[in-house]
Amino acid sequence: MTNLDIVLLICLVAAAVATVMTARLLRSAIALALTSAVLTVLMFRMDAPLAGVFELSVCAGLIPAILISTIGLTQRLTFETLEVRRKELLRRFWYLPLIVVLVGIAMTHVRIPLDFPPPPPPAAISVREVLWNLRHVDLLGQIVILLAGAFGVAVLVKEVKDGS
Amino acid sequence: MDPEAVRLFSIFFIGVLLTLLAGFYCILTSANLIRTIIGMEVLTKGMTLLIIVVGKTAARMALAQALAITMIIIEVAVIVVAVGIVLCVHKYSGSVDVKLLRNIKG
Repeated sequence: MTNLDIVLLICLVAAAVATVMTARLLRSAIALALTSAVLTVLMFRMDAPLAGVFELSVCAGLIPAILISTIGLTQRLTFETLEVRRKELLRRFWYLPLIVVLVGIAMTHVRIPLDFPPPPPPAAISVREVLWNLRHVDLLGQIVILLAGAFGVAVLVKEVKDGS
Repeated sequence: MDPEAVRLFSIFFIGVLLTLLAGFYCILTSANLIRTIIGMEVLTKGMTLLIIVVGKTAARMALAQALAITMIIIEVAVIVVAVGIVLCVHKYSGSVDVKLLRNIKG
């Protein structure tokens, strides 16, 4: 691990916080794409190029495009509504930033117990072999979930179109 | 364990935790349904990073990549369905305010 990895990790957290804290939704979606791009670079540096390619193409490309389309299709909340909601939420969750700060301080002092047995020497096995030979049930699950998602969207869009 | 691997896990675990906290904060404090979906996305970013870091620490990168790919695909399905629900809510109520979800019954 080099200093560049630590800088990238800080960039990732900063992009995630910017995604959450940005007031405008469009900028938030763009910051989300930036978070995915930084995560992709981290994945490449950690010898995970295939997962990095998926992250870059799907999470930094497709999902922000879907979110931006949704933002364009929906009506934004009025300023008054947002103010009322913000005050309500601040009253309910005033302690959350405090928790973040306390957890950050605690993490610098607490030592994570990592007394695991040493891993065996890495087997020369590729991602393709893992996916197709060892985790084929995962592939079946992925296909089922994708089909369920497509079916769900088809039903939802049909209902919106019918107005029923 | 290899001290370098322990150091990598310890540092990245803090980043994962902060990313997860940002996602939870967004989901809990957001009044907008689209922002809630964005919060879910931030949560999944943290979890994906955790999977990759654990794979690197345990020298099981092939398995970690397979799990990360599975997670990304499931994430897309979840987000697409969530966006469809948001569009439906907007169609019926004319707004994406979470408070209006209380009016949806049956």
